[in-house]
Amino acid sequence: MANAQNTAAAGNTASAGSMAIIAPLAGWLFPGLGHFIQRRWIRGLLLMLAVFIMFFCGIGMQGKVYGFNTGDLLDILGFIGDIGSGLLYFAARAMDWGAGNIQRAVADYGTKYIVVAGLLNIIAAVDAHQIAIGKKS
Amino acid sequence: MTLEFSHFTAAVVFAACASTVFGITQRSTPRDMLRYGAYCFSLFVGGVIVAAWVMWLIKH
Repeated sequence: MANAQNTAAAGNTASAGSMAIIAPLAGWLFPGLGHFIQRRWIRGLLLMLAVFIMFFCGIGMQGKVYGFNTGDLLDILGFIGDIGSGLLYFAARAMDWGAGNIQRAVADYGTKYIVVAGLLNIIAAVDAHQIAIGKKS
Repeated sequence: MTLEFSHFTAAVVFAACASTVFGITQRSTPRDMLRYGAYCFSLFVGGVIVAAWVMWLIKH
């Protein structure tokens, strides 16, 4: 009996340990997925909507999507922020979205929208990790 | 697809999305999440309005 309980407890610990890695990774790759796989449906949906709306509004405003670069510091930071969106970033690069438009003032807002969408997604992924390790309900 | 947001609309959309994420991630209970999200939203939008008036005063 005691052995069965110990085995079950060890299984739960291993499951929680793997979830602590899988949840933030899933959340980074697809906004909200880290919460979905932990059955936080409403939170995941709201996070997904917030990141998607910001990202696609940014694209719609003709904001710039930064590629990997080793040039200006702000460009490097822009790339780090953008890549926080996970698959959205790679989709945007693959579809050639986010070329930027320096002739429109609102396009600069779009660039910031895209960077902040990535940063918000990283916060959401960290939240998924906190839930997985039991620091948050 | 090209979006034409005014400055204020862009700020409100930004505030709504950022407040949603802040509310969900920085608080534990649904009630606290809602309150904190609303608090962040009011600070974002209030900050925009105050900054706009400060710029107006500087100009005049």
